[in-house]
Amino acid sequence: MKYTLRVNGADRSVDVDADTPLLWVLRDALQLKGTKFGCGASLCGACTVHLDGAPVRSCVLPVSRVGSAAVTTIEGIGTSSLGKRVQDAWLDVDVVQCGYCQAGQIMAATALLAATPKPTDADIDRAMSGNLCRCATYNRIRAAIKQAAGMPTTDTRGSSA
Amino acid sequence: MKPANTARSHPTTTRPADPSRRAFLTAGAAIGGGLLLELTLPASAVAAVAGLTPTPGAELNAYIRIAPDGLVTIVSKNPEIGQGIKTMLPMLIAEELDVDWKDVRTMQADNDPARYGRQFAGGSRATPLHWDPLRRVGAAGRQMLVSAAADTWGVPLAECRTAAGSVRHEASGRVLGYGALAAKAATLPVPDLKSVVLKDPRDFRIIGRSQRGVDSPLVVAGEPLFGIDVQVPGMRHAVFVKSPVFGGSVATANLDAIKALPGISHAFVVSGGELFDGLTSGVAIVADSWWTAHKARAKLEVRWNDGPTAAQDSKEFARQAAVLAQQAPALTIYTEGDVQAGLASAARVVEASYSYPFIAHATLEPQNCTASVRDGKAELWAPTQNPDSGAKIVAKLLGLAEPDVTVHLTRCGGGFGRRLMNDYMAEAAWISKQVGSPVKLLWDRADDLRHDFYRPAGFHFFKAGLDRAGKLVAFRDHFVSFGKNGKFASSAGLGATEFPARFVPHLELGASLMPLDAPTGPLRAPGSNALAFAFQSFIDELAHAAGRDPVQFRLDLLGAPRRLANPPGPAGATPDFDTGRMRAVLEAVAERSGWGKRPLPKGSGLGVAFYFSHLGYFAEVVQASVDARGKVRVDKVWVAGDVGSQIINPTGAENQVQGAALDGISAALAQVITIDRGRVTQRNFDDYPLMRIDAAPPVDVHFVLTDNPPTGLGEPALPPVVPALCNAIHAATGQRIRHLPIASLDLRSS
Repeated sequence: MKYTLRVNGADRSVDVDADTPLLWVLRDALQLKGTKFGCGASLCGACTVHLDGAPVRSCVLPVSRVGSAAVTTIEGIGTSSLGKRVQDAWLDVDVVQCGYCQAGQIMAATALLAATPKPTDADIDRAMSGNLCRCATYNRIRAAIKQAAGMPTTDTRGSSA
Repeated sequence: MKPANTARSHPTTTRPADPSRRAFLTAGAAIGGGLLLELTLPASAVAAVAGLTPTPGAELNAYIRIAPDGLVTIVSKNPEIGQGIKTMLPMLIAEELDVDWKDVRTMQADNDPARYGRQFAGGSRATPLHWDPLRRVGAAGRQMLVSAAADTWGVPLAECRTAAGSVRHEASGRVLGYGALAAKAATLPVPDLKSVVLKDPRDFRIIGRSQRGVDSPLVVAGEPLFGIDVQVPGMRHAVFVKSPVFGGSVATANLDAIKALPGISHAFVVSGGELFDGLTSGVAIVADSWWTAHKARAKLEVRWNDGPTAAQDSKEFARQAAVLAQQAPALTIYTEGDVQAGLASAARVVEASYSYPFIAHATLEPQNCTASVRDGKAELWAPTQNPDSGAKIVAKLLGLAEPDVTVHLTRCGGGFGRRLMNDYMAEAAWISKQVGSPVKLLWDRADDLRHDFYRPAGFHFFKAGLDRAGKLVAFRDHFVSFGKNGKFASSAGLGATEFPARFVPHLELGASLMPLDAPTGPLRAPGSNALAFAFQSFIDELAHAAGRDPVQFRLDLLGAPRRLANPPGPAGATPDFDTGRMRAVLEAVAERSGWGKRPLPKGSGLGVAFYFSHLGYFAEVVQASVDARGKVRVDKVWVAGDVGSQIINPTGAENQVQGAALDGISAALAQVITIDRGRVTQRNFDDYPLMRIDAAPPVDVHFVLTDNPPTGLGEPALPPVVPALCNAIHAATGQRIRHLPIASLDLRSS
């Protein structure tokens, strides 16, 4: 089947089976390798992209259901000022260990901040708990989100501890 | 820079007096101009520097190029798995070379052991192996550049200083950049590495300052860095369906039906061999896209020859272990005094059994490899921690000479020890050869969880005796583990120096082995990640039985600061143990966590543990809460570690320690790999849960600096966090965690 997708602001034509998850269209048909495969079942978030600005797990989203929605991937997120701010915060805080999950983390974080510019720890937990980091860089992810939001990055959780 | 093709004019070398011991440095002009420095360090010299037993093939080489524009390129030879090696090792060279970090580029080397020595990521070894020699390489380069400048100006060496990539003659104010000096430096004699002058650590400008991961800008931009991202012209995509039962083989498969599916180019049976770290039996499906190949699996019907291992079962192992525990241990690991007599005369005897399950590595990037086999040569792109082993496996499998197997190292989406094995390389190479075109093989998550090299399960049957004063006088462990013919399975062992061996007058460590036909292997802090749980939890029980504070009981057990040398025997390769260093981290973590000084809310408790592994001394405290429904919450973790005199890259160090602590908690809370009728039942992150951000507590990291050579950080912070957590749950609820994972236990308050 032929589909025309709006990806990172450009129209891209692909010829793939209707049930092909958007993840594999991005990675193998469009050669956008930044979006990652981790579980294939919407359990790890490594494949997170934006559909009209909302975070979705592209590993379980058939291309046939994308329609005319604007797809934004990690390769395109830096063109928005918020996306750039999040990427910069990730670098300033030095979040990355292996880095495999971080594209998905950045996409989820950007969507969170777009909807909630000053998130609480609970907001961060809610928005980010679908994204696994096997290296467990979670405390720095939390700090980077707060930094991108212009908030103090000190971890005040467990301060009674 | 491509060192393999770099010609040198007028190479100069320090002549090794005894080639088996001495390091030597070669310098020459690099293609494109500038200075190329190449260090060769034999295994024995590396070991002498790091205080380790020499291992064959442990040579260490380094390549540095200083270009005419002053840019310094340092080849990073080891695989990057998230441990930060590609940033940390070049920092050592750059510091002593005295250049600006911003002028340094790092380049990932291909697998080439003849050129680089052993290239691997494992054992937290990179820091102790490289700390001294790489700084000397940098210092030698700096000395040559200074000589070149002094020579150019006709001034004494002593009047020249370096700073940020240039040499300055103080008296005249003349300055020359390293780039301008590189060509001349390349013609000068190479200084003796032993005699080069290293910086006073107080003058460090790169070491000891946080340097962000060199590839992080590419990571956050989504650049293709990982094995899974490799794209080769004409590449096809493959899945490989292996026997669910370990060691099983394909009897029949509906290959014709699979081949008839749209987009499928090949489907064939692979006979394979018996070694797990190689090619085993299965069905390969090759298609024009991975999704097409993956989808075809749903239509694949295979009848498997399960073989005898189909009877293996986790529950049966536990039952067998309990039976073996009633008998005398088959192996004696270590004895001291007379444990029977010690137990008989003890005022109080405590007995407990501990167990932990098989667990998986679950790297977030599933195993994969891209291979192109044609015309008697193989080229592979592999996310591997152990590329040369993979090259050898592929060469043997395909009947190629080793030099005809090229392995490109990609960034690894996590390692944790899984990628020390290279089964995926063998599979990709084999499939490419059959297909006659380049192939990218990619496993799905179920493949990954069901065909891992697992952290082995283990069973400990402890008995210990305390005297009237509450002092530990007798200690026995009967460890029931896996292995054959008196040999432990991979990472299933117990060493003679396991604490409290050498700290109790009457002690016996013994083991019995159960046969296992499933792959096991090293997982981050192998052995230690499980042993720490069992031993440090039981020691906590003893502290409570003795009516002593758990920190004080441990300090008393460690005794006065002293160094314990290796015990004689097969465990001779283990390093000395310095009780003073352990006492210091234990005291530091107690202080930082407010141990014994803070009131805690009901349902909360503090637990402590320490552990020595990978040359690192770590003590950790966990604060945990358990609610009425039995749900465990980890509130905070405090880590105190001693890895020597210098934290090389503080940001990377803290990241590793936090990650290791959370990794340990993640596994202890809920992870278990179950073998049922010879097969692993877990298949994805729903039944093999990893910690998520909402469960990740703050981790306070504190380093105690001591006058010892710096050592590695990828692993040693992990082991003690598990018993610290379990001991905290005991403090919170009164319930002992003797069996992992914690989630399998009912902690509801009655």
